[in-house]
Amino acid sequence: MTEKNVLTAIRDALHDEMSEDDRIVLLGEDVGARGGVFRISEGWVMEFGEQRVIDTPLAESGIVGVAIGMALHGLLPVAEIEFADFIHPAFDQIVSEAARMRYRSNGDFGCPLVIRAPCGGGIHGALYHSQSIEAYYGHVPGLKVVLPSTPADAAGLLRSALADPDPVLFLEHKKCYRAVKGEVPDGRYTTPIGLADVKRQGTDLTAVSYGYSLHLCLDAADRLHQDEGISVEVVDVRTIAPLDKQTILSSVRKTGKAIVVYEDNRTYGAGAEIASTIAEEAMFDLDGPLVRIGGPDIPAMPFAAPLEHYFIEPEPDHIYRAMRDLARF
Amino acid sequence: MVDLGTDATHPAREADDVRIALFRLMVRLRVFEKRAYDLFLQNLVKGTSHLGLGQEAIAAAFGLAMRPDDYTFCTYRGHDHTLARGVPMAPVMAELLGREGGLMAGKGGSMHLTSVEHGMMGSYAIVGAHLPIAAGAAWSAQVRGSGQVAVCFFGDGATNIGAFHEALNLAAIWKLPVVFVCENNLYMEYTPIGAVTAVEHPASDRASAYGLEPILVDGNDADLMFEVARATIDRARSGDGPSLVEAVTYRHGGHSRADPAKYRPASEEQEWLERDPVIVYRALLESSGVGSGTLTAIEAEAEAEIDEATELAKASPPSSVSLIERDVWSDGGSAWRS
Repeated sequence: MTEKNVLTAIRDALHDEMSEDDRIVLLGEDVGARGGVFRISEGWVMEFGEQRVIDTPLAESGIVGVAIGMALHGLLPVAEIEFADFIHPAFDQIVSEAARMRYRSNGDFGCPLVIRAPCGGGIHGALYHSQSIEAYYGHVPGLKVVLPSTPADAAGLLRSALADPDPVLFLEHKKCYRAVKGEVPDGRYTTPIGLADVKRQGTDLTAVSYGYSLHLCLDAADRLHQDEGISVEVVDVRTIAPLDKQTILSSVRKTGKAIVVYEDNRTYGAGAEIASTIAEEAMFDLDGPLVRIGGPDIPAMPFAAPLEHYFIEPEPDHIYRAMRDLARF
Repeated sequence: MVDLGTDATHPAREADDVRIALFRLMVRLRVFEKRAYDLFLQNLVKGTSHLGLGQEAIAAAFGLAMRPDDYTFCTYRGHDHTLARGVPMAPVMAELLGREGGLMAGKGGSMHLTSVEHGMMGSYAIVGAHLPIAAGAAWSAQVRGSGQVAVCFFGDGATNIGAFHEALNLAAIWKLPVVFVCENNLYMEYTPIGAVTAVEHPASDRASAYGLEPILVDGNDADLMFEVARATIDRARSGDGPSLVEAVTYRHGGHSRADPAKYRPASEEQEWLERDPVIVYRALLESSGVGSGTLTAIEAEAEAEIDEATELAKASPPSSVSLIERDVWSDGGSAWRS
């Protein structure tokens, strides 16, 4: 075990896998000489060469399109999108092409592609460096969407993504990059895609979350336990699509109460799918209202500190209070 | 730059065996597309379809010039390019009919053909989307040192979408083994390409923007197309980088099944019908000494082949709904923990 932050865990895992498998190539804007804007690949162009750490033009559709072509023909490309906010020009390539390759070819070939994209807000990135994009892509069968929140999960899920025969959108919450630290097992372990994880055991209610919101939930749960003895179970979704309904539902059936917490705009967010799953399949196990907390329905996360803070915490301690109210219901 | 349609600029004429093979392939493409059209009229082919009638020389020339393990990427007007890689007629026709025996078992239909074993890496119905993908395939071939070349066909309309620019630039900076072939049939769906494009020749006038030589060629001249195909593929295979070819041609019909193409001047249509690549090439071969009997036999063989393929396709049962959730994920299904 080694303590690392999320950024280091991702860097080490990707580095180790590239050392082990020369089919893996990394391509994106500034990933070569600069080593990426978050310095994930610093020095790698010297180590692995320009054929494997590839500086591309500023052209997301081209980056993903080329990566699809590589994936169809024997390579394991990792396409880095500098910020998730910039991924939209590649939407067509991801949705119309990558996600459909296996289906449209009737199983003749798949698309073992990983797209890495730093997402999420709370880092003063403002309108175009803070977005949550998981819901757009979670809607697309044929594409897996992963959003780890801890260093150990980030490394393990990245290895699974690299080994996956299908395309994986690997989202990295920027606020977690350096703020979240944790023990990371040594060696080339994997964390399965499609499995949620109970990050905190509890009996009174279930909080379902992912991304930086997960850590807000864990913090609120700890304080509620200290303050009032309320026991909150926290489920980390980890994989947005395909969603692990089993883990979520078995926790909700155990506690009888559920709160879904996510950073993205509330309406039509991934939390809506999670909440509707609980409503459809565990309605009669619930002893209280199904609670959903999402971000405000505004076009983007604004810049000024009070505005950005409002997006993530519209009222003081709103997650803590919502959990407490639900527990008391 | 190659001038359009002037005999004086023609390179040395092809050896007879190549010419016979080119003619045979063009005739096969022609009879297939004509039969597909007949089946539309009989309402056996549902939905839309985009025929390559009149454009056969381009697909045939490249198909013949490619190595079996080279990659083809093409558009929704892709029956010709698929057949030109050696995919048999019957599964392609069955796919048009939505039958279980179809190339994609009926999942794809006319616009979405793929046959990996023939190097046919897909016909794409999102305009321009396949250009970067072809560049990626070429990158893969380059790093694997396989000597494979990717040939990517697209229409004139695709030259105005961003992916065209991104892919050409990427291929040029990385000197990728890819040949981009713009089949300029003068119309972007229903709109004259000249009305929506800043330059006269949508591909070749832009080649210099990527440091490439402009290659403008009469797409209805099968000999010339074969020369260009061979030269550009050789160039790619020998490590000298990509080419951008603009082959000017004309579709005999409308954009799609639903389009009678009334927007095209009759004189223009007549002019291009006189330059029908199959008819012109037949006359050329005859005048160069190929016996009329040889040519007639090739045509008869193609007719027999399409008759048989049509019967096989019609005999195949409609696609089963059991297919619908197949091959979403690598385990072959669509299920997950739920």
